[in-house]
Amino acid sequence: MTNKELNLKSVFLRKNLLKYIYIAKAGHTGGSLSCVDILNVLYNRVLNVNPDDFKNPNRDRYIQSKGHCVEALFVTLADRGFFPESDLETLCQYQSHYIGHPTKKVHGVEQNTGALGHGLPICVGEAIAAKLDNKKHRVFTLLGDGELPEGSNWEAFLSASHYKLDNLYAILDYNKQQITGSNKDVMNTDSVREKLESFGWAVKEVDGHNLEQLEDALNSGAFEEGKPNFIIAHTTKGKGISYMEGVLKWHHGVPSEEQYALAMSELNEMQALIS
Amino acid sequence: MELDKINETELKLGKANQVVFSETLQELAANDTSIIAVTSDSRGSGKLVPFGEKYPNQIVEVGIAEQNLVGVAAGLAAAGKKAFAVSPACFLSARALEQIKNDVTYSDNPVILVGISAGVSYGALGTTHHSLHDYAVLRAINNIVVVAPADNFETEQAVRHAAALKKPVYIRLGKKEMPFLNEADKTFEFGKGRVVREGDDLAIIAIGETVYPAWLAAKKLENELGIKTTVVSMHTIKPLDTDLLDRISANGRPIITVEEHMVNGGLGDACASYLFQKGSRNPFHIVGIPDEYTVTGSQVEIFSHYGISEEGLFNQGKEMMSQYSK
Ligand SMILES: Cc1ncc(C[n+]2csc(CCOP(=O)(O)OP(=O)(O)O)c2C)c(N)n1
Ligand SMILES: [Mg+2]
Repeated sequence: MTNKELNLKSVFLRKNLLKYIYIAKAGHTGGSLSCVDILNVLYNRVLNVNPDDFKNPNRDRYIQSKGHCVEALFVTLADRGFFPESDLETLCQYQSHYIGHPTKKVHGVEQNTGALGHGLPICVGEAIAAKLDNKKHRVFTLLGDGELPEGSNWEAFLSASHYKLDNLYAILDYNKQQITGSNKDVMNTDSVREKLESFGWAVKEVDGHNLEQLEDALNSGAFEEGKPNFIIAHTTKGKGISYMEGVLKWHHGVPSEEQYALAMSELNEMQALIS
Repeated sequence: MELDKINETELKLGKANQVVFSETLQELAANDTSIIAVTSDSRGSGKLVPFGEKYPNQIVEVGIAEQNLVGVAAGLAAAGKKAFAVSPACFLSARALEQIKNDVTYSDNPVILVGISAGVSYGALGTTHHSLHDYAVLRAINNIVVVAPADNFETEQAVRHAAALKKPVYIRLGKKEMPFLNEADKTFEFGKGRVVREGDDLAIIAIGETVYPAWLAAKKLENELGIKTTVVSMHTIKPLDTDLLDRISANGRPIITVEEHMVNGGLGDACASYLFQKGSRNPFHIVGIPDEYTVTGSQVEIFSHYGISEEGLFNQGKEMMSQYSK
């Protein structure tokens, strides 16, 4: 896949996640748009995972800690061939396995998440196991910035550096917003870089909507030998849809028919620009 | 109480109980600066945005950190504040359980824990967001009153009583609009169930948002089959109203319990345990969420899947009555 095709895929995934949120009349719109570029790069450039051999013990692990942004994950997995995209028409419906958070009932999902602050500790366990078994695969998680105050994250930050887990990558979707307001107003997590470095992690900062920067950071190997890797991806909540960007209510807002049409036309324009 | 008063035919629809919680807390806070709401990025779902705007000095936000939420609330309570720790019931009663056990109940810091969007209110968000364990775990902890109001009246009363009690309380609330039940009865006391419908043939003991479907089923049983059913809103699961259980079980009639909770360790188990130990042998059936991977869907869909519905409880009552009269 060329870089241009990868950029087009980001637009396609945005359209799709909006489509299924619109059909389901439910979903975490802003945060999905904020992390979908990260997922695009992970699943199309970084992760060694195969829909036909998903249980391969040597696969890379991706555990989405900010589970509420499941729509971004589901459309990415569908696009990678883990399941037919049309399955997503049942999103959030009675007896569907495609619910509002990742579950292992869906092919391609590593762990059931949704309660914040659980992904990283599980990744620490996976990364320790990989080291114990001399396996070369890597372990990735995606954290929300509002999620950071969960104490379990800081317990895991300590464990990861204690066990020198340089096979572990934690990506922070740093959109600076959560439900109630900005991180600054709700619970200040400024100086994340300094905090993580002081916990013994190697840190890189990237533009979380710049696919090349993301790929560079995620594919250049361990940032420092013996240290877990932390990627601060600076992002915008609602990225790509003008009226959603940085607007709080789109955390779990569902577009009306008109808003949906407007979003699609904006994405069509973006698509035309890239092509 | 006169039967025609209590057995109303139509119920007036109210608000969601968690809205009433917020309104009541605002009323209390207006005259009591010791009232503090503690939130974990949860003020929107707790309907506390207006509270925060009106009383910015009476809200403490801890961010997404439920353990910290309960610990901080315990400290506030120890310092004499009436701390209401408000967070989705699923996280409050699971993530912060050790803080509840040690810092609130064991240390006797009178925090009022408000579990919002409880049970399966979050529907298709799935098991991470459901609280089907909270009665069970909190029943196993000493020194806490556990309450799930059925309607707006009980909610307002529960919030007022909790604010005055100076003891740990857990109030479990849903987000669906609830009708007013038995408006003739304006009494409320923790540990005293409210009879919201009377009849001698059968009893349904319900709690929280399941009281309404129980009431509907009772009405249908009477209208279609002439089966007269007592319906209880057993809003306080701990301490349990054993006097009322004595009264209901006395004539040997079948008893159904219903709850928005796993069948293990909740209201049904609490009632069964009491009744069996005192020797009553009433036909008894627990309706709730079974011990299985919970079906996915909205709250209404999950309810009807497991018979927590007018139809499901009607059928259960009908079946038990036909067995019983054989
Ligand atoms: C333990 C826990 N507490 C609360 C929630 C409810 N919740 C879901 S998303 C969210 C805000 C998340 O903010 P952030 O991590 O910044 O995510 P993003 O901005 O990327 O959507 C909250 C409070 C939850 N899912 N888990
Ligand atoms: Mg955020």
